[in-house]
Amino acid sequence: MINPQFKKILLGLTLPILICIVWQYLGELPQFAGILPTPFKVLQGWGDWIFAKPGMGLNPYLGTWTANVSYSGSRVIQGFLLACFIGIPMGLMIGWSRLASSIVDPLIQGLRPIPITAWLPFSIAIFGIKDFGSIFLIFLGGLYPIVVNTTQGARDIEKNFVRAALMMGASPYQLLLRVVLPASTPSIFTGLRIGLGIAWTAVIVSEMVAVKSGLGYVLWDAYYVGRMDIVLADMVSIGVMGFISDQIIVLVQNKFLSWRILQSH
Amino acid sequence: MSNIAIKELSKTYNSKSPVTALTDINLSVATGEFVALLGPSGCGKSTLLNLIAGFEFPSSGSLLINDETIKAPGPDRGVVFQEAALFPWLSVWDNVIFGPKVNNIPRHEYEHRANQMLRMVGLEDFRDHLPVQLSGGMRQRVGIARILTLGSNILLMDEPFGALDAQTRLSMQELLLSVWQKLKPTIIFVTHDIDEALFLADSIYVMSARPGKIDRKISVPLDRPRKLEDTSSKIFRSLRLEILHMIRSTHG
Repeated sequence: MINPQFKKILLGLTLPILICIVWQYLGELPQFAGILPTPFKVLQGWGDWIFAKPGMGLNPYLGTWTANVSYSGSRVIQGFLLACFIGIPMGLMIGWSRLASSIVDPLIQGLRPIPITAWLPFSIAIFGIKDFGSIFLIFLGGLYPIVVNTTQGARDIEKNFVRAALMMGASPYQLLLRVVLPASTPSIFTGLRIGLGIAWTAVIVSEMVAVKSGLGYVLWDAYYVGRMDIVLADMVSIGVMGFISDQIIVLVQNKFLSWRILQSH
Repeated sequence: MSNIAIKELSKTYNSKSPVTALTDINLSVATGEFVALLGPSGCGKSTLLNLIAGFEFPSSGSLLINDETIKAPGPDRGVVFQEAALFPWLSVWDNVIFGPKVNNIPRHEYEHRANQMLRMVGLEDFRDHLPVQLSGGMRQRVGIARILTLGSNILLMDEPFGALDAQTRLSMQELLLSVWQKLKPTIIFVTHDIDEALFLADSIYVMSARPGKIDRKISVPLDRPRKLEDTSSKIFRSLRLEILHMIRSTHG
């Protein structure tokens, strides 16, 4: 008997594999030649991009995959962590203190409708064609969902949790740290997951324009020189990285929110 | 040690159409007394409890504890909430020691007491459980252990057993009586259940709604310690009937 888990994976793979087979078949027909590389060609190009020795022949991408993935990855990590360190405390303050809300919230709500892509020229003008030009955009993209969701979590806190803590003698600082923060963690994690998704969008966009390395840079560069196999391999790489980083957040979340998971069963 | 004196107190909520939640409340509770506030929903009994807790403040009149005006909530007045209001992310043990911890009391000073109180409410084997893993009655017992560990002299209980099934409610009432017998705190117990008020309290303040006020004080002449059998005694039954008539007549 096939175990159900395995069966589920098989079923999930059916459609992607079918698409690849059709694509491979069509790609080999003479009337479609040269429009898109076949899956087989993409895999070959991807393999060289990852494993080949750099500097061999005229292919500028040989063996540079790992380096580019880590450029993009480290920018996402830096920008995203910055967004966490500023966004979570900011959201807690806005959600918790009426004064902080009146001072900070209008600015956040006013800036939020400006798409992060619109910040590109600004970012390059201020930070130049350097790492931080990209990191700033990632930070900004991650910041809004983190702030907004944390604010929501802090605002929606059950009144009796606050009353119970005050009754037991908690100071305002203890109340924030020991009650408001843990009570907000479910919404904070929602914000983190949305923020990380936007962070990956931001890194690709910014690398296309503001820096000269990373998956986003390669994506645009490969398109210009007509290497669609690299473009496709790059797209899949971005997807895989996004998926892995989201799973890491889910893992951390499950550790922090075991009480919450039990609650919903 | 902790007497409560309320004089000519009223509470009005200012909105487009102001609501008078409480009017002309006079109440005095002696140290160690077990008082029940009994009335239909909307009679302001929970509001009165919130005022004593310091969660809200009176619009006029005075509310003194040991001759001092209440300015804020504090550990001297432990509150047991209707839905327990335990912190769901903390274990039973961490919920119980939350109070001493935020008051920076060293561990060796509260550990023994916390264990003792958990034993008293019969939850010594559930220290590591999360609130969500407990039944409603057990959660309320944690809520009681938590304020006993806190060392409150006054226990403010807002329909704490209202959401429990009849059997559990009865055993919780007995548990509360045995705790009160041992530690003799002052208890103000809000309920709409006449039997519960009669079984537990020394004095019952019967309240009515719109506007919320105290109609009458009834002293319960049942001996202590009380047993389940007392609830079927003649005096218990006649008091119940009397209160029932009283509530009906003010409900017209």
